[in-house]
Amino acid sequence: MGNHSDGSPNHSGTVATAGQNEVEKFQDPGIPPHRLRLADTDPKAAKRAERQVALLFGTSVVGTLIFLVAYFAIDLGDDTSIATIRLQNALLGLGTAFAMLGIGTGIVHWAKALMPDHEVSEERHAIRTEDDRQAAVRIVDDIVEETGIKRRPLIRNTLLGAVALAPLPAVAIFGDLGPRPDDKLAHTMWAPQEGKLKRLARDPDGTPIKAADVTIGSAFHVIPEGLNELGEGKLNEKAKAVVLLMRLNPESLNPSPGREDWGYNGIVAYSKICTHVGCPVALYEQQTHHLLCPCHQSTFDLTQECKVIFGPASRPLPQLPIAVDAEGYLVATSDFLEPVGPSYWERDEHERNINA
Amino acid sequence: MSATSTPNAPTFVAKTKGGRITNFVDERVGGSGILREFGRKVFPDHWSFMFGEVALYSFVILLLSGTFLTFFFDPSMAETHYEGSYTPLKNVEMSVAYSSSLDISFDVRGGLFMRQVHHWSALLFVASVSVHMLRVFFTGAFRKPREMNWVVGGVLLILSMAAGFTGYSLPDDLLSGNGLRIIDGVIKSIPVVGTYISFFLFGGEFPGTVIIGRLYMLHILLVPALILLMIVLHLFMVVVHKHTQYPGPGRNDGNVVGYPLGPVYAAKAGGFFFIVFGVIALMAGFFTINPIWNYGPYDPSPVSAGTQPDWYIGFVDGALRLMPGTIGDWSVEQVWFGQVFSFNVLLPALVPAGIIFTVLFTYPWIERWITKDNREHHVLDRPRNAPTRTAIGMAGFVWYCVMWAAAGSDLIATHFHVSLNDVTYWLRALFFVGPVIAFIVTKRVALALQRKDREIALHGRETGRIVRLPHGEFIEVHAPLDEYKRYKLVGFESPSPLPAEPNAHGVVDKKEKRRALLSKWFFEDRVAPATPAELAAAHGHHGEHEAIESGESQKTLSH
Repeated sequence: MGNHSDGSPNHSGTVATAGQNEVEKFQDPGIPPHRLRLADTDPKAAKRAERQVALLFGTSVVGTLIFLVAYFAIDLGDDTSIATIRLQNALLGLGTAFAMLGIGTGIVHWAKALMPDHEVSEERHAIRTEDDRQAAVRIVDDIVEETGIKRRPLIRNTLLGAVALAPLPAVAIFGDLGPRPDDKLAHTMWAPQEGKLKRLARDPDGTPIKAADVTIGSAFHVIPEGLNELGEGKLNEKAKAVVLLMRLNPESLNPSPGREDWGYNGIVAYSKICTHVGCPVALYEQQTHHLLCPCHQSTFDLTQECKVIFGPASRPLPQLPIAVDAEGYLVATSDFLEPVGPSYWERDEHERNINA
Repeated sequence: MSATSTPNAPTFVAKTKGGRITNFVDERVGGSGILREFGRKVFPDHWSFMFGEVALYSFVILLLSGTFLTFFFDPSMAETHYEGSYTPLKNVEMSVAYSSSLDISFDVRGGLFMRQVHHWSALLFVASVSVHMLRVFFTGAFRKPREMNWVVGGVLLILSMAAGFTGYSLPDDLLSGNGLRIIDGVIKSIPVVGTYISFFLFGGEFPGTVIIGRLYMLHILLVPALILLMIVLHLFMVVVHKHTQYPGPGRNDGNVVGYPLGPVYAAKAGGFFFIVFGVIALMAGFFTINPIWNYGPYDPSPVSAGTQPDWYIGFVDGALRLMPGTIGDWSVEQVWFGQVFSFNVLLPALVPAGIIFTVLFTYPWIERWITKDNREHHVLDRPRNAPTRTAIGMAGFVWYCVMWAAAGSDLIATHFHVSLNDVTYWLRALFFVGPVIAFIVTKRVALALQRKDREIALHGRETGRIVRLPHGEFIEVHAPLDEYKRYKLVGFESPSPLPAEPNAHGVVDKKEKRRALLSKWFFEDRVAPATPAELAAAHGHHGEHEAIESGESQKTLSH
């Protein structure tokens, strides 16, 4: 150990010695003397430890039995109650825990109490010897020399070119992972089909909503009529088309020019998909007329056309223009006039196309 | 090999049947050499070395429980109507993936237990990898020659989070579906290619019908294979380097002090696997995790309040919450040249995680550059003995924790009956101030602890015994340390700032000046270890009763 005992070999112009005037340091006293354990000196204590280890291994056997009994004795029939499953789960956990902890603590106790606890010191060896390094350099040089790659740049360059291009098909082959986005994100199911306006329907049962059903202060979760009848792609359409419908005192709404007729009698409909990252804005605070997204707490003010008043969203929720049809049902007079949901690279372009 | 070259040498003949089998194998693969090399290899022992073991063992448990789950799970997003034994969801329309997850929970005996074992060990896996990395950072174990292994560890941390997230989404329940929705929103905010990546990942529009199957493949094949590869690399390097050890008497950079692999260390480490398994089994048996049956199948419309992602995703989610979308009337999302830049999503999703992982991966080289320390280190630093590094680590840790806490801002608000907006405002402030405070406080605490160590080394430990001297003075008796305990307190390096040095051309360039400044910042505040001369002086002061300290002389000596 000697002079190197402080862990700072003095040969490499190190930080440890820089600026310090070679102050004398404490010498490493070496590994402390070994202290005997009770089990080393007292045969009775050793015997006791032995029994304890055996007892722990025995506990493990009991745990295994608990597991097997719980597995085979508790039957999960067709009408299992949650309580039965919880009981079985707890017993399986208890059994496994005993089985494993018994073995684990037994072995560790055995190691700590009965196996030798002398600390041993082992030399560390250099990770790389200078001899090896020189030999390796020679080998590499020989290999490079034998390939002749330095003398034949034509081979080297064409190989580099070929290798650089070869992975391209591996990238291209993933082209069919998905379709091109085109303007799919810009449209929803609310667009009138063959001149027929889509009715607003209740989520999830799909029954249409009459304007008369919407009392002041109430809120409805809304899907477009016909959504539930879609087979394939139902969730895709739903993920864009869900709407929140609320009725306020018409005086508290402040529609901007051009949007005066987007509501009906204080009833307004806004996209439920947050403009932040797309969670459903599911919480409506009736008193303050605020809509709150439970994921990241973006807050939108209904009385200001769902402008963002708090949180990470940057854009107001898109409004769905609505009216009432001849039978008194609420209908969407057109699709949203901007893409709904989280922003994306081409979003502004799509919005301009919609309004063109 | 020598056996083939010397066919006439007397060959060893085993006496027992087992011995003959062992010998048969040994003659063909040479196990004796391996055993000779590793059978008695010395491993240092310390409780903080167990975090890495916990990580390894929870990964083994993940493989075991995960394999069981694959026998019953069906990663299809086809529509079906639930027919299992959980009555509240009878006949509800859902995906096959969700339905089979419910079947695992309710109709496969022990299925719920295996699901919970799998989820708990996943949480524990990421946690133990993280804590293990904190241990490695704060003790300086990443220094030469272990920088590359530190990087492998960082890759493992990322992979463990990837494994966690891909698995979390598989049951296709409402909660994980909303998690995917958020991922989709974040992906769409990426400039130029975001929309395409989203469409390619989901096979079209969100949620589509392929994402679960794709995540399943990543979760059960690609990610675990990469993790396994990294673990092999990691352990290989541990063997090459041998383990680090804490400072103490008899320990130096040239040796490794501890217990031999066989039998003590192998028994302890092997036994510990069963203990980890047992603890996970206890948790799985008694604490419900991810009760998917309460959430219902994924539907883009509903969401429940107060939902949380798994803990390791929390810091990204929290950063998303902290970022304001509008500042006054100025929108953080900008439209430039007709294209959308969603900085309100892009910045919090990428920048904090980017900074954390960049600093994490490069830190060994940063510190090496500042300190010009190119020596091999096998003896760890006690965190207090590297005050600036410890302070940097704590600053980063606090920064992470602020973001992590922000992921529960709504729960903090409802639990403590405070305004949600106020919680967010405070956390936004802490996001910037917290790391600075943490840095200053940690550094001062570390220096104070070093001074305390110094005092104990020089003046002994307080015994709590108050003695009244004949002339009426009260003193507390201090007991001197034995030389082993003292060496632990004084046997460390305390580097001082390394001034700028001219390069080969005799010029001190700008980079070197910057390095010198950083070195000053790093090592300016330092407490040198006590020296034998100081100890002699401290004792000389008291004449005959050298173990006894008077309050007065303590004052004069402690500075």
